[in-house]
Amino acid sequence: MNIDKKIVDDLVANDVSFVTTVPCKQLAGVIEEVDVREDIFHIPSNKEDEGMGLCAGAFMGGKRPAIIMQNTAIGVTINTLATLTQFYRMPLPMIISYRGELREPVACQVEMAVHTKALLAQLNIPTYHFHWKDDVKEFDNILKYTFMCNKPVAILTDANFWGGYGDQ
Amino acid sequence: MIRSEILKEIAPILNPHLVVCNIGLPSQELHMIDDNERNFYMLGTMGLSSSIGFGLALAQDKPVISIDGDGSVLTNLGTLPTIANNATGNFTLLIIDNGSYGSTGDQPTYAGMKTNLTNVARACGCENVVEVQDKDLGTVLQAAIDSEEMTIIVCKCDSGNIKLPVITMDPVVIRHRFMEAVKG
Repeated sequence: MNIDKKIVDDLVANDVSFVTTVPCKQLAGVIEEVDVREDIFHIPSNKEDEGMGLCAGAFMGGKRPAIIMQNTAIGVTINTLATLTQFYRMPLPMIISYRGELREPVACQVEMAVHTKALLAQLNIPTYHFHWKDDVKEFDNILKYTFMCNKPVAILTDANFWGGYGDQ
Repeated sequence: MIRSEILKEIAPILNPHLVVCNIGLPSQELHMIDDNERNFYMLGTMGLSSSIGFGLALAQDKPVISIDGDGSVLTNLGTLPTIANNATGNFTLLIIDNGSYGSTGDQPTYAGMKTNLTNVARACGCENVVEVQDKDLGTVLQAAIDSEEMTIIVCKCDSGNIKLPVITMDPVVIRHRFMEAVKG
């Protein structure tokens, strides 16, 4: 199973047609896959809160959006999640590279990793953690759940899920 | 002219179109002048008016006008390259540039000092950037909407505010009626 293709297949199957991305090495494959799909409009963002604004607009324009970003972004998007996505009750699947977890080579990434789940819990954001490759099978259900409840939902994907980080 | 006077003057031009309006006084002023279901009022999230409006313009065909301020654009400066590189003809970004953070007490912004937002927008790759003085905005705005080419308007004006109540409409109501207008 190719994880990148599976994730993007599920996005398309759930009618997600507007995807914004802020890059991460672990997410390079899935971003590349998003970029080549004709069913998806891919717009890279310079910052994740900007991306959430784009997604809010796209949702109100009738498209199902998604954002792909690193977990460090949780540190910069809390205000946007609370006062835009949650306050106006908008759905937003957030496919998040969970840096700083097992098999992480960069120590600084751990500093945000230890806060990631606590911050998401504080915001009452439904959170799923993909650690094993097979966990991706839940993705389709998570997307359906997100658009059922009109909430931001976090899918944390760690280095082990992606098969390791670089040479690790 | 101050922002509320400008909004009063351009309200008939904005009225038929989808408008995403900046947080704070701009939304309160537009709400007072011409509340209708085609207005999306931002109740929080400073800086994202251009991003929300741009996402909306990319997702559907109707014209969209984002009303922003110089302080808010400085907060989300990364928006200008994104807009420039994904241009869509149904989007107009109107930056009311009064050189101050109006909603928080008219503290000066850098746009009122050395930073020129018109030049910044051009340097970011925006192709149609028009700087206009407040009294001439109406003609320029109508022309931008009619041109069907994405336009960034930087409207230079005076700083100053009028006293207004906050918007008490529920955000989900604002969003729902706006989405119905988008569909209609």
